[in-house]
Amino acid sequence: MENKKTYWKGLEQLSNDTEFVKHADKEFPSYLPIKEQRSKSEPADGLSGMSSSRRDFLKMMGFSLAAASLAACEAPVRKAIPYLNKPVEVDPGIPNYYASSFTLNGDYCGIVVKTREGRPIKIEGNRLDPITQGGVNAQVEASILSLYDKERLANPRINQSKADWKEVDEQVKADLEKIAENGGKVAIVSGSIISPSELKSIDLFKEKYENVEHITYDAATASGMLKANEESFGERMIPSMDFSKADVIVSFGADFLGTWISPIEFTKQYSKTRKLGKNKQKMSRHYQFEALMSLTGANADYREAITPSQEGVYVASLYNKIASKVGASTIRLDESVDSEYVNKAAQDLLAARGKSLVVSGSNDPSVQITVNAINSLLGNYGATLNTAVPIYNRKGDDSKMASLVKDAKAGKIAGLIIWNANPVYDFVGGDDLAAAIPNIGLTVAFNAVADETADLVKYNAPDHHYLESWNDANPRKGQYSLSQPTISPLFKTRQAGESMLKWADASYDSYYDFVRENWKDLVFPKQNKVLDYDMFWDSCLHDGVFIDAEETVNSEALAFDYNVSQVSSSLNKNYKASGGDVELITYFKMGVGTGAQANNPWLQEMPDPVTKATWDNYITMSLGQANDWGIQMKEGKTNMADITINGETYTLPVLIQPGQKKGTLGLALGYGREKAGRVADGVGFNAYKLLKLADGQVNGVITSGVSIEKSSKKYTVAQTQTHETFMNRDIVVAEATLSQYQKDNSAGRYKPKVGMTDGAVPAGDLSLWKGHDYNNHHWALVVDMNSCTGCSACTVACQVENNVSVVGRDEVINRREMHWIRIDRYYSSDASPSDQRGLEIASENPEVTFQPMMCQHCNNAPCETVCPVAATTHSSEGLNQMTYNRCIGTRYCANNCPYKVRRFNWFKYHDNKDFARTNVAQNDDLGKMVLNPDVTVRARGVMEKCSMCVQRIQLGKLQAKKEGRRPIDGEIQVACASACPADALTFGDLNDENSKIVKLMRDENEERAYHVLEYLSVKPNVWYLTKVRNKDEKLA
Amino acid sequence: MQVTSSIREPLITNGKSYADVTEDVCSVVENPPGKLWLMGMAISIALLGIGGYALAITLWDGIGVWGLNKTVGWAWDITNFVWWVGIGHAGTLISAVLLLFRQKWRTGINRASEAMTIFAVICAAQFPIIHMGRPWIGFLWVFPLPNTYGSLWVNFNSPLLWDVFAISTYFTVSLVFWYIAMVPDFATIRDRAKSKISKFFYSALSLGWTGGAKAWQRWEAISLILAGLATPLVLSVHTIVSFDFATSVIPGWHTTIFPPYFVAGAIFSGFAMVLTLLIIARKVLGLEDYITMYHIELMNIIILVTGSIVGVAYITELFMAWYSGVAPEQYAFYNRATGPYWWAYWSMMTCNVISPQLFWFKKIRRNIIITFILSIVVNIGMWFERFVIIVTSLHRDFLPSSWAMFSATFYDVGIYLFTFGLFFTLFLLFAKFFPVINMAELKTVLKSSSEKVDK
Repeated sequence: MENKKTYWKGLEQLSNDTEFVKHADKEFPSYLPIKEQRSKSEPADGLSGMSSSRRDFLKMMGFSLAAASLAACEAPVRKAIPYLNKPVEVDPGIPNYYASSFTLNGDYCGIVVKTREGRPIKIEGNRLDPITQGGVNAQVEASILSLYDKERLANPRINQSKADWKEVDEQVKADLEKIAENGGKVAIVSGSIISPSELKSIDLFKEKYENVEHITYDAATASGMLKANEESFGERMIPSMDFSKADVIVSFGADFLGTWISPIEFTKQYSKTRKLGKNKQKMSRHYQFEALMSLTGANADYREAITPSQEGVYVASLYNKIASKVGASTIRLDESVDSEYVNKAAQDLLAARGKSLVVSGSNDPSVQITVNAINSLLGNYGATLNTAVPIYNRKGDDSKMASLVKDAKAGKIAGLIIWNANPVYDFVGGDDLAAAIPNIGLTVAFNAVADETADLVKYNAPDHHYLESWNDANPRKGQYSLSQPTISPLFKTRQAGESMLKWADASYDSYYDFVRENWKDLVFPKQNKVLDYDMFWDSCLHDGVFIDAEETVNSEALAFDYNVSQVSSSLNKNYKASGGDVELITYFKMGVGTGAQANNPWLQEMPDPVTKATWDNYITMSLGQANDWGIQMKEGKTNMADITINGETYTLPVLIQPGQKKGTLGLALGYGREKAGRVADGVGFNAYKLLKLADGQVNGVITSGVSIEKSSKKYTVAQTQTHETFMNRDIVVAEATLSQYQKDNSAGRYKPKVGMTDGAVPAGDLSLWKGHDYNNHHWALVVDMNSCTGCSACTVACQVENNVSVVGRDEVINRREMHWIRIDRYYSSDASPSDQRGLEIASENPEVTFQPMMCQHCNNAPCETVCPVAATTHSSEGLNQMTYNRCIGTRYCANNCPYKVRRFNWFKYHDNKDFARTNVAQNDDLGKMVLNPDVTVRARGVMEKCSMCVQRIQLGKLQAKKEGRRPIDGEIQVACASACPADALTFGDLNDENSKIVKLMRDENEERAYHVLEYLSVKPNVWYLTKVRNKDEKLA
Repeated sequence: MQVTSSIREPLITNGKSYADVTEDVCSVVENPPGKLWLMGMAISIALLGIGGYALAITLWDGIGVWGLNKTVGWAWDITNFVWWVGIGHAGTLISAVLLLFRQKWRTGINRASEAMTIFAVICAAQFPIIHMGRPWIGFLWVFPLPNTYGSLWVNFNSPLLWDVFAISTYFTVSLVFWYIAMVPDFATIRDRAKSKISKFFYSALSLGWTGGAKAWQRWEAISLILAGLATPLVLSVHTIVSFDFATSVIPGWHTTIFPPYFVAGAIFSGFAMVLTLLIIARKVLGLEDYITMYHIELMNIIILVTGSIVGVAYITELFMAWYSGVAPEQYAFYNRATGPYWWAYWSMMTCNVISPQLFWFKKIRRNIIITFILSIVVNIGMWFERFVIIVTSLHRDFLPSSWAMFSATFYDVGIYLFTFGLFFTLFLLFAKFFPVINMAELKTVLKSSSEKVDK
């Protein structure tokens, strides 16, 4: 049957549409879009006529080629993993802050850690902490980079090879048990431990194993002072000190603003006595007797350079002067000194009984006892010194440690546990210990790095970084602080205390539980306000500290009970009024300190506040001494010297230091690390190996057997400032004595005037520029040169906050350091003001001025007019802002900056193997975690400078805006001001009538506040307050 | 026969005819290059190679390879820039100003000195780009170009931007002026050319020059107009370059005397460079009859005058520093003379102030050897002048804490050598392939110099 079905192509066929019929034989109907691709010129006879044949072929081929080659390239792998479940309170872009505590070998600082997206990136001071009161120092600021040190041990080790914790625990415990069976002695060696929980873990360990001794020593030792106090008061302790209550401060070589015991605390207190203002026209008077120019000496009103071998006689002479006035027994001295400053100090001290403080940095108990006797005569105990509330920052006992080394050498030690200490490097006889360690059956080190000591031991059980740990601290009687982790451990490390607990078989789930339970027993009962422990714990964790008011107020003071005449034989034996021959004095630098954090490039590159040198230690000597030995130093280029100490000769560079006692040589400890890591290894010379014991105490001074000769070798010390004096330019440094200040609060200021037809007007009033309107905010900064001690915490704080590059020693020598805030250190000169050549040479014992210098944010900014591309401009809030993206790097702005605060990226400092060793924060994957995500890492060829932490201003403004209010004064803080332990920097909004800065400027505008280079009329938004010295005119 | 006048010295010696002029100038172009030329070219290209290496490293690693630091942000880069720009001044002064003043002696030397100007400006113009931290964007961003960045515009307050306009204008006008002047001479060479290639080449360059009276009339008119345009540039370019310093706040830079002082210095150094080049060129290319002792003497007189102006400026600066009573200002000049860079200051003083005073003596003015040596001495002095102004002012300015020293590295020197290589390569190419002397103009002064020419 025939199929009658008809299939239509469509309705058009059915209706026999004429248009359809016409094209019915064609494959593609006209209404299909294919027609549009046909070229008009070519016949429309199907696909062969498509114009795409050639050009499209090329296009397609080009595309395919490009696509194929692109596909061949490796697509970058971005390791960003989105949160599957977002943790509570972790919001991208919003920082979280955690109160914690910095502890390092007894150094303590209450801190607040800023974290971003789970990474700790910045440390601020904890203002709730009564000890450090929100201040920090450079070492605390920089410690955050040590967290991201990729050279930390990433896992436990047995015999230098990778192991896991189980193996370590098993083997250590087996070894310990074996030792216990044999009755061998186990020694735990640590720096000063101020954590009650850690100490408890040691106690638990001691309970488990017999014959365990915990030996504490400090690289920055105060052992002599502890011993002296034990003899004076019957208790081995250091009394808490309060410089803020002292009108007269006398220090014999104690660098209490820099490196002595608790410098942040002391700086806080000291700076309070140095503040001046409308309602405070008096300040403390500070005498310093020392050999080297320390930071503290640089801040003194009266400073006398003495040799260490004179120190005992000086202290005793001061004692005798005071004793004879108050009718106490004197110390018999073979020779006494007749020093103008000692007499004057005695007078001032007597006038300020109970309101003065005498301290000494000596490690000789006799000297410390004499100092105690002076304080006792002056009635300072109970006033500026409090024996009832001792501080625990230094607990070390040099003699015990020395006998341990002896025992280890003699094979009397069966087990040695090194608790984050590095005695091979930093203790007398470290080499002996190093030789003994391999012969000790059990050696364990908790050290985070395989350093000089830890690399020798059998078991490495690396400790967490303190920012990864739960911990606590008891820095002084009655104060308990907490540390909390701000990041989970980066490596397979374990807290030292936890290891101890494990080995002691103490049953705690975690170290957190241990600390928490410990606090429940130890701290919680000390109060009765909060009854619920969880609430108590939370509030302590929030504040970071707990203060036991009972303990701090009601403890019983100890009485000074010592017949001081007993020290005379020791003083007469060890000290001479005339000083010795060549004496070598070791000291600590503010940055690297004891060397524990030497592998931190921020600290290595931080200019020493006094010498302005980076990346090195060196022999310091006076100019007179250098001249005698034919040693010259110019622009950092110097001679080396062959220094012979007890038969050993070392060749070291020389740095000429004004103010140093002739006949003395200074050499910083903490350098010459061998196994600290790539940053510190080989930097400088290890001076610890020169130290010897004297009467059981580590003696930082070598008074005999030192000789020195000029070497033919040359050397360059990387200094950030090579010119020493301020050339008597009162346009730069304005200073006055206290009596001048009291007469005229604006004394010392240079007030330039320009003569006009109708009389002279202040130079600043004349300008070609129209000025700016600041309708909203007007940010400004006031720098008090009187409170600034020059400690340089701000420099490092700024470096952390603003991702400032580290450039390394060679580039510092090329004068290209990048710090946005620097501390200019100026010495006075004896030359007459017209003698320009003479003014370049500092006085033998100069007055020192510290002047923090950062972008002055000029209202008539010379940099802004000269930039051809308008990359640096003025904001509507008074900031001089730098647009990195727009900058083409002509450097005209830097040339035209009268303050020379602009810094240029001469090279690409990030992701550059040439800078990988030093600029770890911008080169390592791990190091980069410390970068502040709110601040651009600058590219090669652009200019940068202080932005007045514009990112913080912006954040504060946004926060306030979100809450529908104005920013509150103090809410926005620049990094430098927030770090400053001396409160020398005041930042704020000049348009906010209630702000601290407005009140300050209202008082000081016509008085101490001045602009550096005022006559240029660049009108900075940074003011300086004049430096006032509490000196008599005639002695000045 | 040579025309002799009792009061005027001839501008062309040895009684040259029109044909001689054409022959002497064109033969340089037509004959194969001489040994000396080839040697010169080899040295220039070698310099270009060494310098090119220094330049490549600088561009690759960053200007950190130079000796600059946080205190001294400019040194050899801008010194070289100002130095080359200064040298560029003589050409325009000779061809434009002297044309307007109808100084006929210019005809023998204007072509070469203008070529020198162009090449010097080319050398100079590189430094503002090379010295940038980010030259790859900087060379474009300094121009006020429309962009998609919103209202982003250049900063018209910045002297560096004025420089961009000043240098580009100067370069353009000088180039056009130089080229237009060459058109009739190109036509002459075209007409004499034998090989096809050179015929094609010079035909293109001569822009279809017919030599008709109308063409000559227009040519003269345009020359005058361009001379009029170029004359203010002689004064303005270095004035604006001096603003880079004068408008700043740095002691030693912030000086109102800079514009005239810089212009005088520029002419001073420009003439010295013209002398250096022409004393060699007249010998090598055998053009002693056209570039005569008389020319040299006149140029020496200009050097004497401008050198004295510069000397007075130096002394005025010292006086003003003292008179100002401002400590940093006084120190800046005290430091120049007695500070760590005293040698640069005294080199400058010796070369620029004392040495040109020798030209008071006619014997010295007319001594080729001494002139040649002094012309080089003057340019050494002028380099030091810029170095002194830039480096010694910057290295010790207001805050003693930032005082620093500058010392040059291989790369600083290398890039300077690079521009020398470039300059001499270009000049040698010019001397070989272009008419070194303006034949057309020279022929207009023949009448007063030679009897062979119809009066």
